[in-house]
Amino acid sequence: MPRRTIYLVPLSVFLVMAFYFAVGLTKDPKIIPSALIDQPVPEFTLPPIGDGQDGPRGGYGKGFSTADFKGNGVSVVNIFASWCLPCRTEHPFITRLAKMKVARVYGLNYKDSPKKALKWLRELGDPYFAIGADRDGRVGIDWGVYGVPETFIVDNDGRIRYKHVGPLNQEVLDDVILPAIRKISR
Amino acid sequence: MRARPFALIAALAVALWSLPVFFLPTAPAWAVNPDEVLADPVLEKRAREISKSLRCLVCQNQSIDDSDADLAKDLRIIVRERLLNGNSDSQVIDYVVARYGDFVLLKPPFKGTTLVLWLGPAVILGLGILAMVLFLRRRRSPVSGTGPGTGKGAAPGRPEPLSAEEKRRLERLMKDGGP
Repeated sequence: MPRRTIYLVPLSVFLVMAFYFAVGLTKDPKIIPSALIDQPVPEFTLPPIGDGQDGPRGGYGKGFSTADFKGNGVSVVNIFASWCLPCRTEHPFITRLAKMKVARVYGLNYKDSPKKALKWLRELGDPYFAIGADRDGRVGIDWGVYGVPETFIVDNDGRIRYKHVGPLNQEVLDDVILPAIRKISR
Repeated sequence: MRARPFALIAALAVALWSLPVFFLPTAPAWAVNPDEVLADPVLEKRAREISKSLRCLVCQNQSIDDSDADLAKDLRIIVRERLLNGNSDSQVIDYVVARYGDFVLLKPPFKGTTLVLWLGPAVILGLGILAMVLFLRRRRSPVSGTGPGTGKGAAPGRPEPLSAEEKRRLERLMKDGGP
């Protein structure tokens, strides 16, 4: 072995480190991979917003639970709240996704007041198949929610297959969410 | 006048060292609210220890014990509820890890996916020591005298021993007390 190859060692060490840094430093540290990927949807039952009656007491919707995810095709669960500003920017894209009818889109109203949630829905429209109110955020914690908005994709067997942290936009919808739904539907 | 910069540096150092004293006593008091504290001091102590080992996912470099984020508060309450229900420390931690993954542990666990993290530094240190030993050994070993590059002045290691002629000359010089 020629003696000079030893001088390639520092260079190769540098290249390996440069590669890891190039990959590692471009990742967003705020985005944490979900521990629940390929796990079944947690056991939960969420009530509708308020009393569920669209009346003076300010209720809405029908709520949803674990059982809804078994055998109903691919579902999307969108974590939203009226106090969450990015949720407002993503709302048109959730609406767009729901209108495509490629998946049932559920809304998990995270730690919100019924009154404000209702006002939000009246103002922006309700794109969801069903909305569940998670007032104390316990179901959110079971889903591993740590930053709103978050969007989960659940397969026909009720397994969580994908999680997107942060608001949806056209790019995320076209390049990430729709391809993932297509792949999981197959 | 020469001592002045040193005095300035010393004063600065003292000031910098004393700064944390102003911050430290108040910092932990912000996060854990009085209404969260358990009546049982033993359980509360366990809850504090567990909370200190769990990362707040909103602020990331704080534990849930330090953080005043909403999610940290919720998790602190869950930790305490679970302890009241008779869970062991590891059951409580497993509950949180099942939902948020190993990332919530401020001290990463020792397992397959973290082997490089835990053993990497030791392996690199070992390789370094090995390389140094090999390098030093090569330097110390006498030049074998065969092949090119072993002549006078060419060996990078120790110089060739003195010849009989040189030894005599050295002795003479030492006796005379210099040339």
